[in-house]
Amino acid sequence: METLMSFLVGILFMIGTYLILAKGLLRIILGTSIISHAVHLLILTMGGLKTGGPPLLGLKNTSYTDALPQALILTAIVINFAVTALFLVLSYRAYKLVGTDDMGQMRGNADE
Amino acid sequence: MNNIVILPIIIPLIMGMILVIFRKSIQFQRWMSLIAIAAVGSTSIYLMTQIKEHGMQTLQLGGWQAPFGVSMVADMFAVLLLATTSFVALCCLIYAFGSIGRERESYYFYPMFLFLLTGINGSFLTGDIFNLFVCFEVMLISSYVLLSLGGTKIQLRESIKYVLVNIISSFLFLLAVAYLYAMTGTLNLAHLSVRIAEVGQDGLMTTVAILFLIVFSLKAALFLFFWLPGSYSAPPTAVAAVFAALLTKVGMYAIFRMFTLVFYHEPQVTHLIIGILGGLTMVLGAFGAIAYWDIKKILAYNVIVGVGLIMSGLAAFTSTAITGSIYYLIHDIIIKALIFLLGGTMIHHLTGTSNLKDMSGLIRTHPYVGWMFFIAALSLAGIPPLSGFIGKVLITKGTFEASYFWLGGIGLLTSLLVLYSVMKIFMNGFWGETLLSEDMEKGTTKGLMFPMGCLLAATVALGFGAEGIHEYVSMAAEGLLRPELYIEAVLGRNPMP
Repeated sequence: METLMSFLVGILFMIGTYLILAKGLLRIILGTSIISHAVHLLILTMGGLKTGGPPLLGLKNTSYTDALPQALILTAIVINFAVTALFLVLSYRAYKLVGTDDMGQMRGNADE
Repeated sequence: MNNIVILPIIIPLIMGMILVIFRKSIQFQRWMSLIAIAAVGSTSIYLMTQIKEHGMQTLQLGGWQAPFGVSMVADMFAVLLLATTSFVALCCLIYAFGSIGRERESYYFYPMFLFLLTGINGSFLTGDIFNLFVCFEVMLISSYVLLSLGGTKIQLRESIKYVLVNIISSFLFLLAVAYLYAMTGTLNLAHLSVRIAEVGQDGLMTTVAILFLIVFSLKAALFLFFWLPGSYSAPPTAVAAVFAALLTKVGMYAIFRMFTLVFYHEPQVTHLIIGILGGLTMVLGAFGAIAYWDIKKILAYNVIVGVGLIMSGLAAFTSTAITGSIYYLIHDIIIKALIFLLGGTMIHHLTGTSNLKDMSGLIRTHPYVGWMFFIAALSLAGIPPLSGFIGKVLITKGTFEASYFWLGGIGLLTSLLVLYSVMKIFMNGFWGETLLSEDMEKGTTKGLMFPMGCLLAATVALGFGAEGIHEYVSMAAEGLLRPELYIEAVLGRNPMP
């Protein structure tokens, strides 16, 4: 299961990197979003994937699930949500003002 | 356990949240943010005396014992940076009163400034790697807002690049945390240090260490500085000064913490890489600084040179070099704020242009600004009685002790180039024929001289009084070189799970 998840994470990273290297601003934002999902999945996988174990240690339990990665992901998702929202607003304003969403034309020079 | 450790984080946080409500009352916002930052400053000085007497202060949040909960750790290194940060933030805030403009003030400038400080102080004080990530994000999100606040064309364009670079580096940070957690099963820095010392730092662990180095290098502008010159020349002067003084320093603090406390077992790999990156940073930064005729660009590249020098102290990893790095870090926070404020004053309040070829002879109408710039330039290059000197001497000595002669040599050569680059601003901007009469100027320097004077006094005082803070600095260096002190302060003598 862990191996399968690792492949999934790799594929998501691949797609995300491809999108970030694109020129359109919206594609770049989608790319960051996809990479964030990949990272969250990776944290979950790194905690170990088990089914059926309670998230507490007990005398009778033979296995237990590590609850910490889930807490970490929750925090990371909230942060990523805020950053993506800000990024979207920022790029909309930039599109309105600069008049383009092409990163090639956003390079800028001293005469502007 | 010491509850005071949390105050530098929650004072600006709570004050920022209160100030969001009082959007229209600008005077109230000004005074309250002034009081909040002063309170953080005095807390950090109080903590400094406590640490001097009783050793490192810790706080286990929620009463959960160390490896299970989140710990806050105030060691001398963190608190020295905290005190300097508060002082510089105070000066930049006072500068902002006279220069930032009503428009930005009524759109949450002060709350964002306080949130930025929350993130910075949190990064200094935290003893947990995931908490460090969260504090970084708090700092970064406020810096995105401060960078784009005002919404001019160049600001929006540069903030998009800055946001994208930082989002990617945050992902890499999370990635590194995930790998580290899989290999060690803990996130507490002290506990990480113990576990890695037990199992040894093998090749896989060193790879994770280098992943962390990449992440923090992006934030600290160590070699990966391609984003810095653009984004630091976009925002208004007070914001640019805070960014130049503080943001890269947080990244450097994180590198120091990780590579003295956690990944210190393979210095011939990790610290050599830091040294090579530091040398390249200094050379490339110095080339950038002498190449441009734009004041903002020259100053931004000077930030990069400073990063390289401080990191070469860590690369040498001797007691002298680390002491020198701490001295230089404190000096660098103060002097970068001062030189950015002076440069910004020249651009936005006097000439209206950042091109050196379009200005000259400012010293006739503004002798104080001119001579302040001269002293700041000397201090930046490390000329003896001023504050840059002692740090530079100790770092150079340390690199020679560790027989990194090339690194010390690069440090000395680049400081000559730095001197040339800032003297170019002085000669072209202040000397020569006076082109501008007073009524052609873009604004006044009224109310701006006081904060710059405070920073100038600090750099002179730090130069002459280097002996006075030596006790604190050497204690900070000892804390960095002996990880067992940190571990004992956090974990105590608890049985290790």
